[in-house]
Amino acid sequence: MTISEKQTTVIVGGGHAAGALMTILLQKKYQHEVVLVGEEPHPPYQRPPLSKNYLAGEVDQASLYLKPRVVYEKAGQQLRLGVRVEQIDRDNKTIRLSDQSTLKYDQLVLATGSHVRRLRAPGSDLQGIHYLHDITDTDALREKLVPGKRLVIVGGGYIGLEVAASATKKGVNVTVLEAADRLMQRVTGPEMSAFFYAKHRGAGVDVRLNTAVTGFEAGDQGRVAGVTLADGGTVPADVVLVSIGVIPETALAEAAGLPCDDGIVVDEFARTGDPDILAIGDCTRHRNLFFEKMQRLESVANAVDQARTAAATLMGEEKPYDSAPWFWSNQYDVRLQMVGLSQNSDQRVLRGSAEDKEFAVFYLREGSVIAVDAVNLPVAFMVGKQLVQHRKSVCAKALSDPRTDLKSLV
Amino acid sequence: MGKITFIEHDNTEHVTEFEAGTTLMQIAVDNAVPGIDGDCGGECACGTCHMIVADEWFGKTGSIGDAEEQMLSMTPERAQTSRLGCQVRTTEAMDGMTVHLPEFQM
Ligand SMILES: Cc1cc2nc3c(=O)[nH]c(=O)nc-3n(C[C@H](O)[C@H](O)[C@H](O)COP(=O)(O)OP(=O)(O)OC[C@H]3O[C@@H](n4cnc5c(N)ncnc54)[C@H](O)[C@@H]3O)c2cc1C
Ligand code: FES
Repeated sequence: MTISEKQTTVIVGGGHAAGALMTILLQKKYQHEVVLVGEEPHPPYQRPPLSKNYLAGEVDQASLYLKPRVVYEKAGQQLRLGVRVEQIDRDNKTIRLSDQSTLKYDQLVLATGSHVRRLRAPGSDLQGIHYLHDITDTDALREKLVPGKRLVIVGGGYIGLEVAASATKKGVNVTVLEAADRLMQRVTGPEMSAFFYAKHRGAGVDVRLNTAVTGFEAGDQGRVAGVTLADGGTVPADVVLVSIGVIPETALAEAAGLPCDDGIVVDEFARTGDPDILAIGDCTRHRNLFFEKMQRLESVANAVDQARTAAATLMGEEKPYDSAPWFWSNQYDVRLQMVGLSQNSDQRVLRGSAEDKEFAVFYLREGSVIAVDAVNLPVAFMVGKQLVQHRKSVCAKALSDPRTDLKSLV
Repeated sequence: MGKITFIEHDNTEHVTEFEAGTTLMQIAVDNAVPGIDGDCGGECACGTCHMIVADEWFGKTGSIGDAEEQMLSMTPERAQTSRLGCQVRTTEAMDGMTVHLPEFQM
């Protein structure tokens, strides 16, 4: 084959990772044909607003799109939307689509994302039980958020809590049921959990910890009327949102015989077990040089950073993925920004106090900063990004002392 | 409708058309201008939309909010006329404006 011969790169999935990859390839003037096949009818869009300002009705649908569809098309990229990829034939390097057509690829990028974890329990198919993952889900839930209605949210992770904040603002009576002994347990430390607990309680949300859900009670016409609890009690509900995490979308890759382990396994260059197939975003379990271990992450930052890695790999640049993960969440007037992963810390240092509504928790391990959670304190997040990325050792006293300028620690 | 020119760190120019009301970040992203990431989609949460507005236009870009100032204060290539592109909503008065892009985003 001559170098000038055009090849075709097909991207499977039309979410944030796919959209970011399309953009990066455009910016880098990628020479080959690019085709995106996405099951949803929309061009790639941002999901974060689905539980925040889009749910609240403050921004319109078009503003969710990473860019208008015509921008890709004008640049020569193809979007095949509303079409599902059914099968990958690795021997012939083709994929079969739900419209029965087949498509040839030279390079394939899997960006299939994740799907919501369903709660299997008695009554779980009743009407009025919602999940939140795409635009359609949000539109359906928003309609139900009517003042005075009772919304019960199963799961006190950040999505459930963002919905609680958005719904409370609309005058909905909200109850949050969390099985663990604190909120957002998977992603943050006890100080932040306590802060958000107080924040939601203060806003009138009935937050119940250590509360396991056993099922749903039926009301009229197959509609949900309540959530039943392990302690025998029932919480009455007009609407229920179940928000208990996501599962990586690996079926296509598994059927094609690609190594998967709760995520499509990729190396630090976003390569799967097949040299012509890459994978990026929520669907992957990746080797991250930053953690020096295999990791699965569900965040925009990861989707975008892996898209950057994949773009480099596609263009023969080989730039390994080694950035520190970061994340944000908005609840009420609280802007939470997080960098790093805090789970393995052996010391936590508080800067500022929760009462001031501007504070940060620095997570240290053996004296180095491994994560920072900042509430309404963007400077701590930005400083944290640098400290974490460079695994900087810092003196805990200096971090907590309000007289030290955080910027001087970088 | 007006024009805004983005100039990359290596001096490559991108002349873009815009509708007033769109943010500078979104205009750059919609035109695939390299050097602007806009990872958080305009939430002032990531700091990857840093731009340096040409001096004579800076006054037209409005005031810098507290969160934006904190984010900018840690940006290595911070200049006098730095802004986060997602926090600048364009107006008709910005027709003809020139914006420079830093070498790196955070
Ligand atoms: C409500 C909500 C709020 C969030 N808030 C934040 C936040 O504040 N900050 C943050 O960092 N992250 C947030 N996230 C997470 C973030 O949105 C995801 O990590 C990100 O979207 C992952 O991008 P992705 O492209 O890997 O997957 P997705 O965005 O899930 O996209 C995957 C796409 O692939 C399609 N697809 C799957 N299989 C096929 C197939 N076989 N054929 C064709 N198409 C297929 C799917 O339909 C989907 O459109 C939030 C997520 C949700 C749901
Ligand atoms: S786009 Fe993230 S801060 Fe501007």
